[in-house]
Amino acid sequence: MSEAAKEILAVITTNRNKVAGAVPIFIADSAEEKEKVARYLASTLDAMVHDLENGVYYIVKH
Amino acid sequence: MEQYLLNIIAGSLAGIIARIFMMRLDYRQYPGYPHGLISHLSLGAIAAALGAVAIPALINKDFTAFTFLALAAQQFREIRNIERETLQNLEEMRLEKRGKDYIEGIARTFEARNYLVMATAFITSAVALAGLWYALAAAVVLLIASVRFMAGEVVGDICEVVPAEIHFKDTLLFVGDINIMTVGLRESREKILHDALGVMIKPLNDNSRATLHDMGQRMAISHTAAVIMGSKNEVDRPEFTPLVRKNIDTGAVALYIVPLEKDIEALLAAVRRTPLLESARLKPLKTQAGRIASD
Repeated sequence: MSEAAKEILAVITTNRNKVAGAVPIFIADSAEEKEKVARYLASTLDAMVHDLENGVYYIVKH
Repeated sequence: MEQYLLNIIAGSLAGIIARIFMMRLDYRQYPGYPHGLISHLSLGAIAAALGAVAIPALINKDFTAFTFLALAAQQFREIRNIERETLQNLEEMRLEKRGKDYIEGIARTFEARNYLVMATAFITSAVALAGLWYALAAAVVLLIASVRFMAGEVVGDICEVVPAEIHFKDTLLFVGDINIMTVGLRESREKILHDALGVMIKPLNDNSRATLHDMGQRMAISHTAAVIMGSKNEVDRPEFTPLVRKNIDTGAVALYIVPLEKDIEALLAAVRRTPLLESARLKPLKTQAGRIASD
């Protein structure tokens, strides 16, 4: 809830055409793998998984 | 000074008792640290003694002694700083933050209570000139006044607090009609639907709406709820952090929490009993423009 800078730490997707840029991008083969990778990344980064609802998950430190 | 011994003792006693009574109120908003208790009691005793000796000093035309009260005020301002610093340091390690406003409120309360103690001692010691029984009566009245008037209002006094439904629209988490956040993981969404509780806090008028607008007040609400109900929030599971978000059209706010004890009645009581922060108590209805706008 603090107003500290929010930052996208990683992006996980099954569709490599949807993403580009200077964040770590993880390509998953299936929705299950995407979910799992996102969960593992979020828990090691102490951050939260959000869903852009276009097949792209991103991890944000709040 | 010996003929004033009664005044001094009566004043000091009244002040110390007042501090003990107010200590009980402290613990509603401040966890019980035994050493904190000792230091506040001793400072209260010093404040009481200072207030009590002021009257004999005045009667003896010892005006220099009276100026020591100013020195005391300086000391009590220091209490506020100490209290603020302690709480701020502890805050860093908390998952559910109290928030700066709440800390400031607590620190200010601790300072003000010493002045109340000093005033109680001062007045009791003055009344004791008329006799012991008068002093006793004055002390009782002052005690009741300081406990009653300084207790402060709570959220339940100015808002209607009702249960609200937790639901998702795709990945957006809603409490009632208020969007809280997006939750990406399906697993987390299922857990939230199963374990989370939602509360809607509806302002009764424009004054309470302005108070709920204050982020500090909202943090105080989520902090209190998390302390009382427990929280499944953890460093690596930030999606379980209790949050309070506002309906931008109505000014109502919704609390989202994943409590350890899933008991909506207890949660409602916790939210209702959350203290209103002085810094958040805005009163737009006291102004002409505010009254016109409220139509």
